[in-house]
Amino acid sequence: MSAPATPRAIAWSRRGATLAESWRVYRRDRGGLVGLALLVVIVALAVLAPVLTDGSGLNVTRVDAAPLQPPSASHWLGTDESGRSVLLLTWWGARMSLVIGLAAAALSVVIGTVVGVLAAHFGGWTSTLLMRFTDFFLVLPALVLAIALSTVLTRGLGTIVLAIGVTSWPQTARLVRAQTLTVETRPYIERAKALGGGHRHVIGKHVLPAVLPLVFATTTLTVASAIIAESTLSFLGLGDPSRVSWGAMLKSAMDTGAVTAGAWWYLLPPGLGIAIVVLSFTLCGRALETVFNPRLRGVGA
Amino acid sequence: MTQVSEAPERVRPRGERSLRLARLVGAKIGGGLVSLFLVAVLGFLLFRVLPGDPARAMTRGAPVSAEQLAALRHRFGLDQPLWKQFLDFLVNLLHGDLGVSYTYSRPVAELIAERFWPTVLLTGTSTVIAVLLGLWMGTRAAWRHGGTFDRLSSSVALSLWSVPTFWLGLILLMALGVGVGPLPGLFPVSGMSAPDVPPGLLPRVLDTAHHLVLPCVTMVAVVYAQYLMVMRSSLLEEMGEDYLTTARAKGLREDLVRRRHAVPNALLPTVTLIFLHLGLVVAGAITVETVFSWPGLGLLTYEALRGPDLPLLQGTFIVLAGSVIVMNILADLLYHVLDPRVRGS
Repeated sequence: MSAPATPRAIAWSRRGATLAESWRVYRRDRGGLVGLALLVVIVALAVLAPVLTDGSGLNVTRVDAAPLQPPSASHWLGTDESGRSVLLLTWWGARMSLVIGLAAAALSVVIGTVVGVLAAHFGGWTSTLLMRFTDFFLVLPALVLAIALSTVLTRGLGTIVLAIGVTSWPQTARLVRAQTLTVETRPYIERAKALGGGHRHVIGKHVLPAVLPLVFATTTLTVASAIIAESTLSFLGLGDPSRVSWGAMLKSAMDTGAVTAGAWWYLLPPGLGIAIVVLSFTLCGRALETVFNPRLRGVGA
Repeated sequence: MTQVSEAPERVRPRGERSLRLARLVGAKIGGGLVSLFLVAVLGFLLFRVLPGDPARAMTRGAPVSAEQLAALRHRFGLDQPLWKQFLDFLVNLLHGDLGVSYTYSRPVAELIAERFWPTVLLTGTSTVIAVLLGLWMGTRAAWRHGGTFDRLSSSVALSLWSVPTFWLGLILLMALGVGVGPLPGLFPVSGMSAPDVPPGLLPRVLDTAHHLVLPCVTMVAVVYAQYLMVMRSSLLEEMGEDYLTTARAKGLREDLVRRRHAVPNALLPTVTLIFLHLGLVVAGAITVETVFSWPGLGLLTYEALRGPDLPLLQGTFIVLAGSVIVMNILADLLYHVLDPRVRGS
């Protein structure tokens, strides 16, 4: 026999087929493809920044260019208030936005998924309490809470990730809860329970695999809002002061009077960077939603 | 069957219905009070427990003896057990006492009262404009979905949605406030009023309106997109419904079908979502007020986090979060009044 028919092999070949089918649906979404292409390019550039550029140009004491120069042959995007190249700053800033965006989104989605699955699986008082808690955080203005958290904790990468992560999970929790409730009504869950499967088995083997595709689509959208939140916190001066980030660049552009001096070359690149990355993640997330949520495929766009 | 069961429904005494409504209102308000209490707990945890010893934070950097620290702790009640501190905090909060700001050396409640109305003016004006614009554009986009207007408005909304509020504000500030090249600045870039306004009500109103333009445009640009998307998808869901076919079959003009039948039904879910997204308006207010130095609660938050002035930040946190929760309770009640299906059941 060419293909051994073990359950594991069957499962994997089915997963492969599902993946191919998902990609076929995804490919039909032009926005999703554009977003994916942009993300691949941006992530590659961000990862390769230390190889392709000279990081010492970020050090204020090592530069000799004049401050706030408009774009020229030597500095394509001009210089900032201390003579550093805006192009270099923007390039390196992408790393910060991507790392924090991904980490915060991961934290937020993990909290949201755990709360959502537990609330749906156990029901009763657990569910009531958890959903009451979720609704409270859903209504609470996330930025205000994130500001409070990052003010009282020591500044740094971990704090921003924590502040964004613990304030942005409620939507995921609600979504995952709804999806888990639908999954749990299916006969195979009942069968698993009848065969003596405990909570851990049912959640781990049946509920989570069924919920994960949707979680994946949500994560992509959460990264987009996490990047906006990161830039906002950095803009307010709550970021990691030792690293370059797009929000921090915009903060120094405002604080040093570059904006009122009309230094458009300093203002546009970081903002466009944020907008392009966020838009790419949003486009990918929407395309993934269409793939994993067949209800959206018929009506709508 | 339905006829039979509906008949007693209709003759149900009015008293029972109003009792039901009263119970519902009671439950909503009770839930809201629990949320407000949780905000107070969160405020206490965030600013009293998490930062460690407040006495040390107050004397940051200054050389103080152990006796001085102890005296300070005693003065602020920090030597009491935590539950006692929380109780005191809660009692003070109920009396409207939010402590004293480190930087201003003035009661926090007084500072917040001063800055409250400018924020209401800014967020109120922009929310009203954004809601009207978003609902109108969302309706148009959904009614002819797939058309040029739909595609154009959806992509513009998506792009604006991807832009950080403060960046848009900075761009507008540079382009329209400071002026680019030969173009002069058209609008003032900071504050709420000019120092040299002639006396009288009308010049002052005009001056404030002039100052309001840029912050307001920034907030509308970022916020209207979500209302557009919500209204669009909500109307799209109604589009296939049978009652629209019935309305058309009755011979109603397309315009009337939309205005009288489809839009009112699509509005209901939209109303709740508008209020649910109020937290975003508050977030927008913080950055927009920071960019344009608009003297509201957002700018006060920014000033507080720069210190950091913890009592002040605690005050703005409680007031901002509390008002969003209060608005949500109101929205929930409004929804029950507006929707006959929920009201009747």
